[in-house]
Amino acid sequence: MTTPFYVSPEQVMKDRADYARKGIARGRSLVAMSYAEGIVIVAENPSNTLHKVSEIYDRIAFAGVGRYNEFDQLRIAGVRHADMKGFSYSREDVDARSLANQYAQSLGHTFTNEMKPMEVEILVAEIGDDAVDDQMFHILYDGTVGDEQGFTVLGGDAGAIAERMDTEFSADRSLGEAIVAAREALADDRELTADDLEVAVLERSNERRTFRRIEGDELTALL
Amino acid sequence: MSLPTFDASDDPGPSFAHLVRQSRGPDPLPQQASGELDVPHGTTCVAIKFDGGVLVAGDRRATSGNLISHRAIEKVFATDKWSAIAIAGAAGPAIEMVRLFQLQLEHYEKVEGKSLTLNGKANQLSQMIKQHLPAAMRGMAVVPLFAGFDRKRDVGRLFQFDITGGRYEEREFGVTGSGSLHAGSAIKLGYRPGMDRDEVVTLALSSLYHAADEDSATGLPDFIRKIFPIVATISADGFERVEDDELEAKYDVIIEGIKERGTPA
Repeated sequence: MTTPFYVSPEQVMKDRADYARKGIARGRSLVAMSYAEGIVIVAENPSNTLHKVSEIYDRIAFAGVGRYNEFDQLRIAGVRHADMKGFSYSREDVDARSLANQYAQSLGHTFTNEMKPMEVEILVAEIGDDAVDDQMFHILYDGTVGDEQGFTVLGGDAGAIAERMDTEFSADRSLGEAIVAAREALADDRELTADDLEVAVLERSNERRTFRRIEGDELTALL
Repeated sequence: MSLPTFDASDDPGPSFAHLVRQSRGPDPLPQQASGELDVPHGTTCVAIKFDGGVLVAGDRRATSGNLISHRAIEKVFATDKWSAIAIAGAAGPAIEMVRLFQLQLEHYEKVEGKSLTLNGKANQLSQMIKQHLPAAMRGMAVVPLFAGFDRKRDVGRLFQFDITGGRYEEREFGVTGSGSLHAGSAIKLGYRPGMDRDEVVTLALSSLYHAADEDSATGLPDFIRKIFPIVATISADGFERVEDDELEAKYDVIIEGIKERGTPA
């Protein structure tokens, strides 16, 4: 009979984390930031049908980086959670914090109990009545939740992009200025055009559903 | 409430009603108790096509037997940006059906990343009415009108339903509810193809007036409490409610006309 090798729990967790991080680093990054009218999310994404940024509920948006099928599955679970909650209670009872906790539970469970962790990093953003009430929750592959202020970066190259954003950031920019700043931070020395970007906003001035995609001519004009 | 995740084999897809059943949430369209129940009923609604879109309107009265249970109930709802529903029948189940239908359209749009076509929406509604048939047989019938702007064909379209879920697309106008016979006659006499928005708003108001004149369950415009029918248009710009001020002004003109002509008792 063969004896299985002993692997320490630290090693198991470290290996899984490395695996997830490598998977995430292969994909492209995204930036979410507050601007004068709400929150804008700018993702580097050459596809205009496979979205990284989507609507969850009236004031809540979702964004993911890493493996598409994994974060899309989380996105759909989020839409279901939000719609069910709004149906059972009221639309005002649906909030980003509770959804972020659910995601954290789910990702944390997968990370410790499954063979393969999810190779994703996700963002749950919610706009409030005023800019000070805006919330952005950044959730990692192992279920770690971070509550971010002002802006946040998801993806493999997050550190360097965040540094570039840090020097640029200001929360009272217009939409156009905010998108250009995000593009500069994502691009570094490269050239990114409207075709390489996926942009969506949660706009305070919109009525019930505040989520709106910015695409095509409108995006080109803003850039 | 935990995150609703499913195996591939029992995934509810983009259907909200299936999701609620799979997750054992509140039953979206419960079966009512047996026996005739005296619940509030909503009455007359009309939908008329015009040049560039379609109009939907409904009076504001709900009745329980011979009593007025609500004077300002709303029977016309936006179901999404490009469509609207008007309901007649048992008010409770009807409003619940509308809420579920609105959610269903939005849920589909968010999960799939694009809206249902107008035909798809009408078909969904038809299935919901069909499921409601057992309750309808006990006097809880819900008979809606569904109208929307078809962005593929660039025209307004409207659908009538029966309590079995039968779906009938109408070419010019549709009516539902207890006063529908009189409202329908009024529209039939006043309708011309290619009417503009202003003309059909007046026609709809006048048809509801004539329905209320003959049917005790349909409410007249209430100038004292300032309660007027709900009127909405759906055009290339989407769903838009007609303001009460405009309705009051149009009613003033209609009623002036009736006074001048006189009306047989």
